[in-house]
Amino acid sequence: MKPIIEISHLSKLYNDAEMYSLNDFSMDISEGDIFGLLGPNGAGKTTLISILCGLVKPTSGSFTIDGLNYAANANEIKNRMGVVPQEYALYPTLTARENLMYFGSMYGLKGAVLKEKVIDSLDLLGLLKFADKRIETFSGGMKRRVNLIAGILHNPKVLFLDEPTVGVDVHSKNVIIDYLKELNKKGTTIIYTSHHLSEAQDFCTHIAIVDRGIIYSQGTPKDLIAATGNARNLEDVFISLTGKELRDAI
Amino acid sequence: MSVYKEFLLLKRDMGGVVTLFLMPLVLIITVTLIQDSTYKKGEQVKIPILLVDYDNGKVSKTLFDNLKKSDVFSVVTAFNNKKITEAEAKEAVFSGKYQMAIIIPSHLSRDLQAKIDQNVQKIVSSLGFSDSMATKSVAKIVNQKEVKLYFDPAVQLSFRSGVMNAIDKMISQIETKSIYTSFQDELGGENAQFEQKSFITFKEIIPKINDKEILPNSVQHNVPAWTLFAVFFIVIPLSINMVKEKTQGTFVRLRTNPVSNRIVLAGKTVMYLIICLIQFYMMIAVAIFLFPHLGLPPLNVEGNLILMSIVALFSGLAAIGFGILLGTIAKTQEQSAPFGATSVIILAAIGGVWVPVFAMPKVMQVIAQSSPMNWGLEAFYDVLLRNGSLLDLLPELFLLFLFFIVTTSLALLYDKKKRAV
Repeated sequence: MKPIIEISHLSKLYNDAEMYSLNDFSMDISEGDIFGLLGPNGAGKTTLISILCGLVKPTSGSFTIDGLNYAANANEIKNRMGVVPQEYALYPTLTARENLMYFGSMYGLKGAVLKEKVIDSLDLLGLLKFADKRIETFSGGMKRRVNLIAGILHNPKVLFLDEPTVGVDVHSKNVIIDYLKELNKKGTTIIYTSHHLSEAQDFCTHIAIVDRGIIYSQGTPKDLIAATGNARNLEDVFISLTGKELRDAI
Repeated sequence: MSVYKEFLLLKRDMGGVVTLFLMPLVLIITVTLIQDSTYKKGEQVKIPILLVDYDNGKVSKTLFDNLKKSDVFSVVTAFNNKKITEAEAKEAVFSGKYQMAIIIPSHLSRDLQAKIDQNVQKIVSSLGFSDSMATKSVAKIVNQKEVKLYFDPAVQLSFRSGVMNAIDKMISQIETKSIYTSFQDELGGENAQFEQKSFITFKEIIPKINDKEILPNSVQHNVPAWTLFAVFFIVIPLSINMVKEKTQGTFVRLRTNPVSNRIVLAGKTVMYLIICLIQFYMMIAVAIFLFPHLGLPPLNVEGNLILMSIVALFSGLAAIGFGILLGTIAKTQEQSAPFGATSVIILAAIGGVWVPVFAMPKVMQVIAQSSPMNWGLEAFYDVLLRNGSLLDLLPELFLLFLFFIVTTSLALLYDKKKRAV
């Protein structure tokens, strides 16, 4: 598969920081992958996703998404990608439908097409009967599902997911994962971060384990487990590569 | 769609919307009612002042009569039917029960007359006229007299100087009258009748609209000033709205979709401009229709509503620009709300909403020229009080629009510099 994301020597040093959040980071992500970006807190996952989404300026290095770079094609890139942030990036006092209609319209969707897409997506994720309820009345799992829909209404080629299942019950998690798998089957490349290693092991086609701004290892979950002696699962690989020390940082 | 989203967000916060529209109305009614007395003639509410009369002569009687006749003061000369003493007056004023006391010293009338007689006699004698006065009285030393004024320490300086000027004027008139009378007596009343009316009088020429004089009143001054103040308070909800987007995470979505920040801000500008204009029309409607029922003069907008609307529109744009800049830079509501409120009050203060610019110190007068609220206020006064045309308003409208462009551009640049890849 041809790479849809090409990252070359990307570095990021935040103001006042002593260490690089990303340090000469290079990596390709192939089209059609479900790519898991795993690492402990402060590993540089969110920084990498923020740079790729155009939210944070890298200190050095470059990258392309679907062969395009931000300097010349910011809008085109934004049209081809979807973002599902870790926070519930929704207006709490608006209904699910109103939120989705608004965010859909930001991608040029309108009229009957937009309405239909909103209804279909809400239906697929089991939220149609709550379409006209305010987000502030929703449970965590319901908010996560609306949050996901808001990022995919425009059928993006690349989807960035930052902890899409954090804080949700098993039922919501399964619905979300199944939906994402369907989306991937239809051609959307998914870049995903999570602390749920068993979920990542089942869900991802490729994984990179990052820490301290660099890649420690990458490959399919099966290859990573096989390459680590005595590892039974991804958690063993993760501990083996990143150690057991706590990563609390301010 | 951005405008509709902003509309929905506001609609869902009915408490906020009511506050946004109701509070300016409460503000404008309260302030106009309070300040109305400053402009009214034939005033019902008078300031009580204490008059301690140790003179019991012509001067104190004239002073008493003049004060009593004034629209501003009511004169108190006794507590419980007992004449007030200086000590009692001093205590009452310094404790804040009364705002001022006038103490007229004993023998003021007699000594004033004696001093004048002496002076007149000297002049008349030097001119070779009759010196009968000299034979009538032996020249004696007349000491200078002092009228004491006690002011409540809380009384403002402008009030003090106003009162002191008024009393000084009354006493000067009494002195002048006494001088004339003394000359008449000295020269023989039948031979020399002096015209004692003031030779110089004043006439205020008031601007006219359609042959009707535009008389300044509290409404004509207060409605534009406080309308502007309320319009600028849009800075607070607008900046909070933007900060909320950052803290809720919706900002991330807005930044990662292909719609430019300019469009998002344009949506906010349109929605909040509509709110500013609704606020403006509500306040104008209250000033026209409700004020007469509250005993206030109605706002006269005859033929001026379009020009006033244009001023409100541009003032609203200036306020929105400031709100957008604040909302872009502030990271939390704790930063944006107090800063927004305080800066609007400062802009109002230096803009002349409370104290007229001409009454400010020189430095502040220069600084006042940089307040968008001053530009808006001057434009409103041009329309309402100076019979100005659209052409006359252009400099102020240009400045207000420039302020909007500069603040919004700064916000866009700041955002681009901070976040762009």
